[in-house]
Amino acid sequence: MLLLFWQIFSTFFVIGLFNFGGGGAMLSLIQAQVVSIHGWLDEGAFTDIVAISQTTPGPIGINCATYVGFEVFHSAGYGMAAGIIGSFAATLAVVLPSFLVFFFIMKLFTRFHEAPAFTATMTVLKPSVAGLIAAAALVLILDFNWGGAGPAVRVLTDNFPDWKAWLLFIAAFLLSYFNKIGPIKLILLSAAAGLLLY
Amino acid sequence: MHSGSPRAFFCYICSMEKFSYWQLFLVFAKIGTFTIGGGYAMIPVIEKELSKRGWIGENDLDDIIVLAQSAPGLLAVNIAIYAGYKVSGIKGSVTATIGAVLPSFLIILLIAMFFTNFKDNEVVRRIFQGIRPVAVALILVPAANMAKKGCTSWWTWLLAAVTMGLVAFLKVSPIWIIITIIVCAAGITTLRKGN
Repeated sequence: MLLLFWQIFSTFFVIGLFNFGGGGAMLSLIQAQVVSIHGWLDEGAFTDIVAISQTTPGPIGINCATYVGFEVFHSAGYGMAAGIIGSFAATLAVVLPSFLVFFFIMKLFTRFHEAPAFTATMTVLKPSVAGLIAAAALVLILDFNWGGAGPAVRVLTDNFPDWKAWLLFIAAFLLSYFNKIGPIKLILLSAAAGLLLY
Repeated sequence: MHSGSPRAFFCYICSMEKFSYWQLFLVFAKIGTFTIGGGYAMIPVIEKELSKRGWIGENDLDDIIVLAQSAPGLLAVNIAIYAGYKVSGIKGSVTATIGAVLPSFLIILLIAMFFTNFKDNEVVRRIFQGIRPVAVALILVPAANMAKKGCTSWWTWLLAAVTMGLVAFLKVSPIWIIITIIVCAAGITTLRKGN
């Protein structure tokens, strides 16, 4: 169990240190580490956590880190207390790098952030972060399997069981992208849709 | 912060509330709790709350936003760290950050503890069946927005596509990709400048 605490802490510390691009990008980093690489949670459970993080007040990245910290211990069969300490470890670890960067680099950084090397790096990071976030969404839609007789791609039926799910997905994307409805209203509406459709 | 006239100075003094760490904590707890939709939604609220109390000047806020955006981590946390520091040094930044993080931490912890009991409930399962595809769509929206801002040429689109492929298909850790880009971009610009 101690090893798991250390793994959670170090994973979220690295996530906090290398997150450029806000809460959405952090979701993709958390998903890659927690679902794809360590396999602590499956795609369905992670999607539920993302939905709850998007609906509850506060920064999405913090919400997601706190919830994942709890859920990793809970789904591994440890009790409530371990879950609470796990969520504390994840939240602290994700915030800590911001402090370190501030206190150790900030004095250089105030001069540094107008340097050409810095602006160039930011210009190249932006499209890459767009790709990262898109990958996070893609992994919650499709399942890529490299084992067995070669690569196999299938739709994740946990999240997309039928055409009704696709309809909800497309409608939600368009409504949110064109700023028609805020994310919280969308999630509440989709909860009602879930009750009606399933 | 105040223009020279005595009247303006008087108004400025009146608008200043006495500073205490507890108040700083409460202001950021309020900001952390009521800004739904991430760090950018915090900016107008912070401006109102901190300037109104005379804790920061107008130009301070611009500096805070620029630095908070370019540093790694969460925008909301970075803003709390920098704004808290402007108000009252290192203690101020720790107080503001705890204020911004604690409410979400407690709310999520409560939900996590109780949701596990309801997960297998039939009604809850149907609700989340409806929510899941929408949650995925909501992840895709910031990707589309970021692409609109960042993908301005064929090679930036290619970079976005390659990143997506590496992470989604080959399960490469995003952290390696970010490190590679930082090293390459900073290295190439520095070399070019040297020549």
